Amino acid sequence: METVTLTVKKVPELFLECEKVNPDAFAGKSAAEIEKLPAYQGKENSTLGEYFAVAGNAGATAADTKIVINGDCTKMKYIGAKMTAGEVVVNSSCDMYTGSWMSGGKLNVKGDVHSFCGLAMAGGEFTIEGNAGNYLGAAYRGDWRGMSGGTLRVKGNAGSDVATFMIGGVLIVEGNVDIHLGTHMEGGKIILKGNANRRVGGQLVKGEIYVFGSINVMMPGYKPVGEVDLDVDGTKAKFIDYIGDLGERHPKRKGETVYGHLYMKK
Amino acid sequence: MSEFVIRNGHVFDPTQGIKGDKKDIAVKDGKIVEKVGSSARVIDAKDKTVMAGAMEIHAHVAGPKVNAGRWYRPEDKHFDSHKTTGITRIEGGKSIPTVFKTGYEYARMGFTFAMEAAMPPLYARHVHEEIHDTPIIDEAALPVLGNNWFILEYLKNHEVENTAAYISWVLRQTKGYGIKCVNPGGTEAWAWGLNCLTIHDPVPYFEITPAEIIKGLIEANEYLGLPHSMHLHQNDLGNPGNYKTTIDSLKLAEGIKATNNFGREQVLHSTHLQFHSYGGTNWGDFESKAKEVMDYVNKQKNLTIDTGNVTLDETTTMTADGPFEHHLHGLNHLKWFNVDVELETAAGIVPFIYDPANAVFCSQWAVGLEIPLYAKDPMRCFITTDHPNAGPFTRYPRVYSWLMSKKVRDALLNGFKKADKVIGATTLAEIDREITLYELAAMTRAGPAKALGLAKDYGGLRTGMNADIAIYNINPDKFPSTGPEIEKAFAQVAYLFKDGKICVEDGKVVDMGHKKTFWVDAKVNENKQVMHDIREKFLRYYSVNENNYPVPESYAPHQHIISVDATKA
Repeated sequence: METVTLTVKKVPELFLECEKVNPDAFAGKSAAEIEKLPAYQGKENSTLGEYFAVAGNAGATAADTKIVINGDCTKMKYIGAKMTAGEVVVNSSCDMYTGSWMSGGKLNVKGDVHSFCGLAMAGGEFTIEGNAGNYLGAAYRGDWRGMSGGTLRVKGNAGSDVATFMIGGVLIVEGNVDIHLGTHMEGGKIILKGNANRRVGGQLVKGEIYVFGSINVMMPGYKPVGEVDLDVDGTKAKFIDYIGDLGERHPKRKGETVYGHLYMKK
Repeated sequence: MSEFVIRNGHVFDPTQGIKGDKKDIAVKDGKIVEKVGSSARVIDAKDKTVMAGAMEIHAHVAGPKVNAGRWYRPEDKHFDSHKTTGITRIEGGKSIPTVFKTGYEYARMGFTFAMEAAMPPLYARHVHEEIHDTPIIDEAALPVLGNNWFILEYLKNHEVENTAAYISWVLRQTKGYGIKCVNPGGTEAWAWGLNCLTIHDPVPYFEITPAEIIKGLIEANEYLGLPHSMHLHQNDLGNPGNYKTTIDSLKLAEGIKATNNFGREQVLHSTHLQFHSYGGTNWGDFESKAKEVMDYVNKQKNLTIDTGNVTLDETTTMTADGPFEHHLHGLNHLKWFNVDVELETAAGIVPFIYDPANAVFCSQWAVGLEIPLYAKDPMRCFITTDHPNAGPFTRYPRVYSWLMSKKVRDALLNGFKKADKVIGATTLAEIDREITLYELAAMTRAGPAKALGLAKDYGGLRTGMNADIAIYNINPDKFPSTGPEIEKAFAQVAYLFKDGKICVEDGKVVDMGHKKTFWVDAKVNENKQVMHDIREKFLRYYSVNENNYPVPESYAPHQHIISVDATKA
């Protein structure tokens, strides 16, 4: 695997749209060619070379390409977005859309990410060492197709509207979340190690939410149906099994109604 | 204005019976002329196809419903927000493009006119604002009248003269072009949570049937002698087994003769017929009845139709057929938008994915192709996608490739995941016909122009006609053989002349032209009863004042007014 190192040499005045900072866009390119890739700041199109010092050439394919980004990326959007393979390590915090629409490879952000990250993620591994903003792993504004595959892990806290319209994959928040977790969820698994504020699993059709901490205010559409012993992300514990959201439509399989499950650690 | 001569092109013009002969076309001052001077700019059209500008007869491209689709589907235009080089503005949106993209894309495909198919009279201002902002192409809009309280009350007593007087008033207030009727009675019934699924289901409270509304509106249209005929979106759209209702509705036009000074021969235009040609009793035994429906249409000379081709894309459905949109939302559970327009109509919007892995959607695709392939008279069958309902209008080149090449459509048909089921439910596999360039010119130019009553100046290349001309990179002697080649040729004209001015060159927009808004001013004798009823309804029911209802001149600054005198009718 070849490594390309980007070092921020100029912090954009507005925000830089790094739609080309991913192993797929870099694949097969030399450092000089990578410098010439386009990047918008506001309505003006410029190049990556304007903002980053580029060292090292990319591999022949995305899978053979690793990107390491150093310097302050808090005004960089779309890093690792749409990546299908390879690896990206960001030694900074990033702005919006980081890792959105990614379908493969590994993305590791050492700092925080802003809102709308991991949107509609379909595969791969996305790890955020710090905190995440709102709409993590959700659907794009207006869309009904949220995270559908892969593993998204936040070691810190996440904001509100996490995993809205989630349909697959695993999303783990090791800290706390604000309101609206897993709204409209129709598949996949959310593991929340900390606490949630309110409205967890509102209008949830299918899928599983595991909560280790507490929920400030429980939704009225959930009903406890028993207790189960589970091994969740390496923790063995007893959980109370709630089915819901009872206010929402639910599909039937072999004559049985399929509910979503909310597991609360005892 | 400058002069042009288009040299050596293969000309296709059904208005003159020209079938690909090499012919020069001279253009001067926005018109096609016999001859131009030696200083005229020469356009080399050798090995190219020359047709009149194409005319869209039914699309949803401007107004509150389209705009609601735009704002409630931001996901439709994500990643489209960057400006490209040239004189064009940012082009956003796939199934519900911005007004700018709408104008550019039609022009790039060789269109010079589009009919907005559903204008709620109360929101006519919004429709005209968007029409005015859509560059290049001429446009007109049909006010929706099939569930309007005035119409329901007049037609209940079969008062055709009062209906006509009210329509004349509405056309003037809204700067409308003709009579659109959507799910007659059904949309009003929707206000009671009901629908009219056959033409004999009575409308609650008004106690009138869809059949009476359809027939009454046809009669009112002919009483006024409007350039276009009554334009009907039938009852029971999109349901298995609906073809019987479709034929029942079409039969209502039997025996009625077109009365107008525009050369129009039909009295009823039945739109997006694909959605109305289904057999079976449910989605399991669903089958095509395109042949049955088209057999009837072929016999009845006073009918025209358009297709409503499903393009197998993700799109946005939007219609004044409110109950149908609620029904769709129940099927796909995607976001549903619904609005009631006071005394007039309603609308609904639901995103829709015509997934090619689904046998029903593929069968709908096949039905849409069967309809034009069964049409005996291409001058009475027009190609539409009922944009954006069955697919975006930007897919016309692809629809043409399916119609013009059996090889291309069969490759898709046989490649479907559920090909056996689709082939079993439809007759497309048995059809060998390929639409010719001449027939295409009839289905997309001369035919719609005649049906809209615009045949004097549009839809052909006769001397004296408006110089709206599309030149395609198609050599009829070496017609492209693959789908992508056909698509590319129709998606990007070599040249588009609009009013004698080059607006698109090599697929690139080079001039915004001088777009005009067409509307019909129909004069009737003073009708005190109708004027009294209008005043009363505004006082009692409307949320706006009568004086705030009309579309001001400033909303449609470039008008092309077609006058009709019905005072002696």
